[in-house]
Amino acid sequence: MLELSILFPSILNGLTTGAVYALIALGLTLIYGVLHIINFAHGALLMLALYGVYFLHQSLGIDPYASLPVMVPAMFLLGYGLQRFVINRASHGKEENILLVTLGLAIIMENLALYLWRSDTRTIETAYTFSTIDIFGAMISVPKVAAFAGALAVCALLLLLLARTDLGRAIRAIAKERQGAKLVGIDVEHVFAMSFGIGLACLGAAACFLLPAYYVNPLVGNGFILIAFTIVVLGGMGSFVGALAGGLIIGVVESVGGLWLGESLGQIGIFLIFILVLLFRPQGLFGVKA
Amino acid sequence: MLEIENLRGGYGQVEVLRGISMNIGEGEIVAVLGSNGAGKSTLNNTLSGIIPPIAGRISFDGKEITRARYTDIVAAGLIQVPEGRRVFPNLTVEENLELGSYLRGGVRRRQNIERVFAIFPRLKERIAQRAGTLSGGEQQMLAIGRGLMGEPRLLILDEPSLGLSPLLVEEMFALIKRLNEEGLTILLVEQNVGQSLEISGRAFVLENGAVVFSGTPDELLSNSDLKRAYLGI
Repeated sequence: MLELSILFPSILNGLTTGAVYALIALGLTLIYGVLHIINFAHGALLMLALYGVYFLHQSLGIDPYASLPVMVPAMFLLGYGLQRFVINRASHGKEENILLVTLGLAIIMENLALYLWRSDTRTIETAYTFSTIDIFGAMISVPKVAAFAGALAVCALLLLLLARTDLGRAIRAIAKERQGAKLVGIDVEHVFAMSFGIGLACLGAAACFLLPAYYVNPLVGNGFILIAFTIVVLGGMGSFVGALAGGLIIGVVESVGGLWLGESLGQIGIFLIFILVLLFRPQGLFGVKA
Repeated sequence: MLEIENLRGGYGQVEVLRGISMNIGEGEIVAVLGSNGAGKSTLNNTLSGIIPPIAGRISFDGKEITRARYTDIVAAGLIQVPEGRRVFPNLTVEENLELGSYLRGGVRRRQNIERVFAIFPRLKERIAQRAGTLSGGEQQMLAIGRGLMGEPRLLILDEPSLGLSPLLVEEMFALIKRLNEEGLTILLVEQNVGQSLEISGRAFVLENGAVVFSGTPDELLSNSDLKRAYLGI
């Protein structure tokens, strides 16, 4: 049996990663729940956001956390435009086309990134990259604690927006009843694009929280996208609370699994959960039976 | 208030409405009757801007709205309570009502919610319940309440009595009459001929996408050929 002194920091580390996973999955599940789009470009868009944070730091010397007010609106606008002028037009309203369009976008973005920035893995160094903080005897890296707090704060803001504002109500309404939404005057095309934009704004925030303790290369999104899909399935497709809880669970499973099985095999636990959920609770922890 | 001139409309190449003209004045309650497939719901959805018209002209409050977006039509106060209710099943009763004032009447939202609760006390009891868990009659009340939240200048009611128990049907028509007496202009689209004619000032009968009768309920009821041919009574 592992000692608590090793297990406890591992759980804390898992929670910090899990909060960022949750943020990425929240964007994915928002887009899925409203637009019924499985956004295959989610990982590539996260990669773009990470490069954005990277270049803001390298060329302009902007601290990753200070680039939040740039990256979040920039990703939002990119998402709004992508949905309204590319995905919506190219798909002609057919869901199987949307799938292909987002997959195509991912391929284009990843290869453009390879072409422009090469396959080098890049990191940034900040004054706090290697500093740690003592939490009940566990030494946790400062960027990870910041990522945890920041990601949870953004998740909370997003849940509040969805629950308490007219835009949030409209987003949830459209997810189930488009015709009814049109009849109360909700601009469905606009709210679709807003949802996609908000989903990508989550990626912009996640990128700012990730980079100080992480790296970027053109294929970095692939690892995240697989985990994000697992989280969405675990939490329940389209469930916002599910994405949050699922993210934290997956983060801890990955971290503790790595402790037992070693870094490279640690992710086995994630896929074990994925299979178990599909077998025994296909609607997910917080999902509603179809 | 609403003028429809020679309106043609339908879905893609299929023309359902084949030149409809009708008008509704302020404060009126006008019934549109007809059997299944006569074009009633197509007419409503064309008026609401959900499907584009093929030809013709619609004007509302003196402004042309023929090809206006559905958002502009709601913003002008032409609000439809659709057949099949179309409430938001995953939202609570209160949230459904709140979204009724998404574009119009937002400033008096709380006040209007209280007004809807006064009309439908049952909805107040269910305030925090998801709309999908309500009974059919309650969902109909919610759909009408949501329509009223937008402070309509003209309310289109599409088959409000469909699927309700006989007792609720009576209540529903009494309510529609009351709303009209309080000053609301209503376009009542119904298959329930008897009850509709009792509360309406004028009526139109649609058949195969064309108006085959327009006049007062008395004129319609005294025309036995028409009654037999189109209304089955």
